[in-house]
Amino acid sequence: MKQKLVLRFPAAVVEQPFIYILAKEYNVVANILKANINPRKEGSMVVELTAAPEEFATALQFLQSRGVEVSPLEQQIIWVEERCTQCGACTVICPSNALWMQRPEMTVAFCSEKCVVCERCLKACPARAVEALYLAGE
Amino acid sequence: MTQLRTIQEINEKIAKGQAVVMTAEEVLSLVAEHGVEETARRVDVVTTGTFGPMCSSGAFFNVGHTTPRMRMSKVTLNGVSAYAGLAAVDVYLGATEIPETDPANSNYPGEFNYGGAHVIEDLVAGKSVLLEAESYGTDCYPRLRYKKEITLAEMNEAYLFNPRNAYQNYNVAVNLSDRTIYTYMGILKPRLGNANYCSAGQLSPLLNDPYYRTIGIGTKIFLGGGIGYVAWQGTQHNPQAPRSANGVPRAGAGTLALIGDLKQMQTRYVRGVSLLGYGVSLQVGVGVPIPIVDEAALRYAAVRDEDIVAQVVDYSEAYPQGLGGSLAEVTYAELKSGVIVVQGKEVPTAPLSSYPRAREIAETLKQWIVKGEFTLTEPVAALPTVKAE
Repeated sequence: MKQKLVLRFPAAVVEQPFIYILAKEYNVVANILKANINPRKEGSMVVELTAAPEEFATALQFLQSRGVEVSPLEQQIIWVEERCTQCGACTVICPSNALWMQRPEMTVAFCSEKCVVCERCLKACPARAVEALYLAGE
Repeated sequence: MTQLRTIQEINEKIAKGQAVVMTAEEVLSLVAEHGVEETARRVDVVTTGTFGPMCSSGAFFNVGHTTPRMRMSKVTLNGVSAYAGLAAVDVYLGATEIPETDPANSNYPGEFNYGGAHVIEDLVAGKSVLLEAESYGTDCYPRLRYKKEITLAEMNEAYLFNPRNAYQNYNVAVNLSDRTIYTYMGILKPRLGNANYCSAGQLSPLLNDPYYRTIGIGTKIFLGGGIGYVAWQGTQHNPQAPRSANGVPRAGAGTLALIGDLKQMQTRYVRGVSLLGYGVSLQVGVGVPIPIVDEAALRYAAVRDEDIVAQVVDYSEAYPQGLGGSLAEVTYAELKSGVIVVQGKEVPTAPLSSYPRAREIAETLKQWIVKGEFTLTEPVAALPTVKAE
């Protein structure tokens, strides 16, 4: 199985080689998407973990037993209206019509409730007016 | 054709604050209500606008002399190479140039996050950029290396000089193949997944003066938020393109080479953009005033989206292979509805050119004229054209 997670490392354990242990002891492939790790300070990491289901579960138990807080990743798409040049290139790429064109005004609008966070808009927007925000869910 | 007013007379009215100015969109309702003849009598100037990626753009810079002096022969700005095969400290930075370190499409589809267009935008934004120069050294220009953070204000001259802007009409791009393709017309999904177009249609400058009767060399315009001029016909200017009965080209035709002081411009109208899998381009805002010197000028300027057609072209095969051929002819009214029909299939459309910003540019230019800050010019010479039928 594969899942994106947010890991929070208390200052006391932040210097331990968790990713190495995950790979070596639990056969977990870790793809680090974002990390903020500093010596002796609380750290955080957005990571995609891939492993067989049993190993995945034991790997998470291992992390939690060492004091690492594990929460599922919640992503959010932010449309930066000031950067948007109102072209509309994103509107045919967005699969859920979250980014859409108001007609006849021909202005681009964003409806976050419809967004499925596929992230296709991030690179489809020529002006790079769409950003992804990673949040730790409950 | 009876002349209604001269450009000089229009300028006298502008000076007195009496000129009647309307955008190419606003004038449509007046024409619908009162007809062409009456509207032509009432309106002195129609303003047009367009805002879209225009790859054939770039800027000349004179970065100033160093001590000791240097004949810069290799120059980069924020890592993007500028052409330095000019006099000592003159360079030309092309909008589509990317840094040598950019993986481009070797990491397909390339992201092209930064290039010449972004350097131009950064400079217009007032940010400093890193100038790095090398030279082979001469007796009069001994310096070999130079490195400095430089801003637009510190440069002696900086002007946008775009060899091809404001295309009079353009292809509608689709993809007939089985895989997604990445083009200068944006991302095209397989099997007619979407149709992308790039023109302001009824607001677009050259579509409102299809035979270039009033737009010519020397015409003063809105360029990037400042004042610019038509320098020449643009590259690939082709007045011979097929035209509809109303004189409007049915495909890409005329183009303009534009010049203007970069120091007057604003990032709202000069923006670097990244086209996935294709490269970097510059979004440029252009607005051109059309003096209503006679009834024909107004009739042309009153063109509506439903009267302008464009050709639907396959960018998976026909375009790259230079095969020509159109899959369908559609109007800008159809394109703006959000769906067109190609080969019996309903295809969702998307613009790359921003209609709201085109409208904003036409409106800004109108306000400049109404306030007496912008007067109209007589062209110094005509652009190559064809006879109106």
